[in-house]
Amino acid sequence: MAGHGITFEPDDRYNAFLTTCTKAPHGQGKLCGIAVAVKDNISTRGIETTCASKILKGYVPPYDAHVVGLLRQSGAAIVGKTNMDEFGMGTTTENSAFGPTLNPHDTARVPGGSSGGSAAAIAAGMVRMALGTDTGGSIRCPAAFCGIVGLKPTYGRVSRYGLIAYANSLEQIGPMGRTVSDVSTLMGVIAGHDRRDSTSHDRPYTHTPKGDIKGLKIGIPQEYFGPGVDPQVAAVVNKAIGRLEELGATTVSCSIPSMEYALAAYYVTCTSEASSNLARFDGVRYGPGADTKRSWHESFRDVRRAGFGPEVRRRIMLGTYALSSGYYGRYYAKAQIARENVKKDFTRIFSKVDVIAGPTMPTIAFTLGEKSEPLSMYLTDILTVPVNLAGIPAISVPCGTAEGMPVGLQIMGSPWEDERVIDVAYAYEQAVT
Amino acid sequence: MATEQEVNHIAELADVGINPEELAAFTHQFNAILEYFDVLDRVSGDTAPTRDLYNVMREDETDPSLPQEEVLRNAAAQEDGFIKAPRVM
Repeated sequence: MAGHGITFEPDDRYNAFLTTCTKAPHGQGKLCGIAVAVKDNISTRGIETTCASKILKGYVPPYDAHVVGLLRQSGAAIVGKTNMDEFGMGTTTENSAFGPTLNPHDTARVPGGSSGGSAAAIAAGMVRMALGTDTGGSIRCPAAFCGIVGLKPTYGRVSRYGLIAYANSLEQIGPMGRTVSDVSTLMGVIAGHDRRDSTSHDRPYTHTPKGDIKGLKIGIPQEYFGPGVDPQVAAVVNKAIGRLEELGATTVSCSIPSMEYALAAYYVTCTSEASSNLARFDGVRYGPGADTKRSWHESFRDVRRAGFGPEVRRRIMLGTYALSSGYYGRYYAKAQIARENVKKDFTRIFSKVDVIAGPTMPTIAFTLGEKSEPLSMYLTDILTVPVNLAGIPAISVPCGTAEGMPVGLQIMGSPWEDERVIDVAYAYEQAVT
Repeated sequence: MATEQEVNHIAELADVGINPEELAAFTHQFNAILEYFDVLDRVSGDTAPTRDLYNVMREDETDPSLPQEEVLRNAAAQEDGFIKAPRVM
């Protein structure tokens, strides 16, 4: 409806937004007039979209991502674009070219990443819901660290058309919100088939969360409570699982042996895909402009060195290396076998249980600067990446605190059972609030 | 182990450039990560499995496309309605 709009002038003390739309128009529909924030790697027609990278500073997409079109049709008011790790590459939002987002629960700590701006905006009460993207945990990690709810949908359930690609075979756009109901509502808006994404399936989401989990069988993987997982976090999550048992669920112990090499398989795969995807950023069609007087090689190199941050260049280089002749068999091929083994482990476990539960992250939110060595940051993704390798749905729901910081309970489900993980999260949320 | 020279070479191949003062730290971090990737040596099998994949085809129909001026708007260098790129020959 022409003429409708809301005014959005938040006090963004956490640097959650890269762009805000002071006057945000909206139409009629399910989300009529609701302020929704969109991660800055999702294309928004007429609104600057940078992926938190200098190389896209000033880029204004001429078209909407499929999910953004759906948001507009549902009456949502798109109030801004949220901060993130550059191109989604990070677990803290510190890799943004425009400064880190701070955790609203403790500004000395990171909000998690890479959808840290979306999570912080919700946690701070600036918006009710937001879109994030999850390549290896980038929705669930910041949801856990900021004490909100975030769903990584089944691969193929939400169109990636208009999402600026980082690792196509792993990433999904997903809903984030303060409550499971809000996440479910937003999922209902964005899920469904889109012919412009050839991996998109015709699986719309029309579910209303139900809190009855009597008879539900939950698998508890020992690897999610093993070495590297902070005992305080494990204790909080165990207590939450106990709560699910009180609601009528039963638990069985299980094991995901492929987790031994899942993280390495993930990083080989995502960097390989990134090295190809990010080749498009050469400053010519968008971005700062290339020096047309010089050779393309020199010109592109200088544009990319100046435009990409160190983590992005590192991942492009790692992927280039992993795919180079002589190393392909050792890294990429092995990673794909490992990926298949992760899938097989999940298939085997889901033949016996309905969902799998564990912590979302092995620790509470890190302090700013704590993970300055890249490998030490990568290792913190261990509990979230198996889900992306297998393409299954998973949700993070707040389940208490350790040292005063939020802890997330992660519920993983079989492919296309997004409804079920939402129900389990909803049952838990209703029981504790 | 990758040497500084090799890391520099990969940066050249990937067109990302690397500053001389970054090289030592990049090489150190690169090697730490590659060392971690060695865990993949424990995965048995040689070739990536082929999965049940199928092509998703659709009719090649013409959709409405963007006007030229909108497509050109984000390009820094233009000439006569074309995007200008560095020379390739």
